[in-house]
Amino acid sequence: MPDPTETTTLLDPLAPETITLNMGPSHPSTHGVLRLVVELDVEVVKKVVPHVGYLHRGMEKIAESMTYHQFIPYTDRLDYLAPLSNNVAFVLAVEKLIGLEVPPRCRAIRVLCCEIARISAHLLWLGTGALDLGAATVFFHTFRERETLYDLIELITGTRLTTSHPRVGGLARDLPPNLIPELKEFLRRFPAQVDEYEKLLTRNRIWLKRTQDVGKISAEDAIDLGMTGPNLRGSGVEFDLRKAFPYSGYEQYDFEVPVGSVGDAYDRYLVRIEEMRQSARILNQVADHMPEGPINTDDPKVVLPPKQKVLTSMEELIHQFIIVTEGIPAPTGEIYHAIEAPKGELGFYVKSEGEKSPYRLKIRSPSFVSLQGIPLMAEGLMVSDLIAVVASLDPVMGEVDR
Amino acid sequence: MGAEPREVEKIRERFAESLREVVYFRDEDTLVVAPEKILEICRFLKEDPEMDFGMLIDLTGIHYLERDYSYEVVYHLLSLKRKRRLRVRTRLGEEGEIDSVVPVWRTANWHEREAFDLVGIRFRGHPDLRRILMPEDYVGHPLRRDFALEQ
Repeated sequence: MPDPTETTTLLDPLAPETITLNMGPSHPSTHGVLRLVVELDVEVVKKVVPHVGYLHRGMEKIAESMTYHQFIPYTDRLDYLAPLSNNVAFVLAVEKLIGLEVPPRCRAIRVLCCEIARISAHLLWLGTGALDLGAATVFFHTFRERETLYDLIELITGTRLTTSHPRVGGLARDLPPNLIPELKEFLRRFPAQVDEYEKLLTRNRIWLKRTQDVGKISAEDAIDLGMTGPNLRGSGVEFDLRKAFPYSGYEQYDFEVPVGSVGDAYDRYLVRIEEMRQSARILNQVADHMPEGPINTDDPKVVLPPKQKVLTSMEELIHQFIIVTEGIPAPTGEIYHAIEAPKGELGFYVKSEGEKSPYRLKIRSPSFVSLQGIPLMAEGLMVSDLIAVVASLDPVMGEVDR
Repeated sequence: MGAEPREVEKIRERFAESLREVVYFRDEDTLVVAPEKILEICRFLKEDPEMDFGMLIDLTGIHYLERDYSYEVVYHLLSLKRKRRLRVRTRLGEEGEIDSVVPVWRTANWHEREAFDLVGIRFRGHPDLRRILMPEDYVGHPLRRDFALEQ
């Protein structure tokens, strides 16, 4: 019979006390600087309190003292895994405020940019999400394709990460001639590569065990919590802004909106995999039917004149000077415009008092809203499932904290 | 002027004394309503089958200086089934207090915390009105107009 006093220093694993664990703000599985304070009963998650704001840069405040064009580079740093779609979302909002139409070629190039961004964002999510759950191989596969996509982005915009490519009323420059052939070459290989990822995961027993019935959320809860994008569609709600409120000419393209059925991490995985295929389908159509013509609107008060003309013609010089120093003329009013970004509904609310800067700019980011669902989805699960829940929501802290 | 959208018509019928103004701009409809009735109006907009605004997409605050109101709270609603958007805006005086809409849409929780944190609007009945983006011990509300950028 051991002396009972000797064991008092050891913790009884069955004792009802809970421990508090800090996950983050710098933990690899939080995809940035998300901090989760978790109350654990041994390994069962009793309570999760997400803390955000570690990457808050005050973008909305900064916007209030900038011209609309000056703010475009800031949008790169929202969802930094899909900067092109943030840029497009912002310029579409400003164009709506001004009441500006852009030429068909510009619209098609923007769709192309958005879909490339979606595939590359989903590839990153897939690679890192699988890595979080211990499946390291997928990461190397997805990053191989991501590299090709970044090369394409570099061809289009000149940079890989901080693209700032679209402009109010057009684009920074036209597509280089070799882009379409290179894109077609990528699209020829891509479906087989998605099959490869699926071979590694979709029927993999460990993957099924780690994701099925994990982080379940019903359609009603997802709507009540304001979730959008793949996180909403995973719960079986067929809603995609590209179909519901088509922008930039999405109504011309033929694609399907995949939805899940039970709303668990596995469904969200399936939805994103299928979205990559559908994006490739859209890209094929864009590449085959790229309209010819100008990329910028013909409005000298909004679009910068060609450099050659600025150097030789007085009128263009004046326009250039006015646009750069005074910004573009925006009417008094308020608008909200949202696009289907890779993470969900990315919207810009612009309140203008007719000045060169917005009076108030609110960025509605999908990740900010999705993170609110973590407590509901993770409480009662094991701590390792919490990792799967966070990964399946695909948050990016750049757009959460703004 | 052409026919009003159904939403505006119904709100005009039900909440005639609370509807201050209706703004149409760039194909977007904005209802400016009295702050006292916000919870009731929001609940109606969500639950009435003809309205069916099941989703609160966004909620934000705006601060003003030298006007007869100090704050605006802006609600962006979305009906998934009807594919309609609606904006509801309400004006607050210097006290900057309004009923929380968390009982109507749970998603309002973080949005209201953000409006409190950055603009300084207080939401009555909010379950957990803490700062969200700024540090807990921070003093001031950075999105107010009298808050200098260099601060």
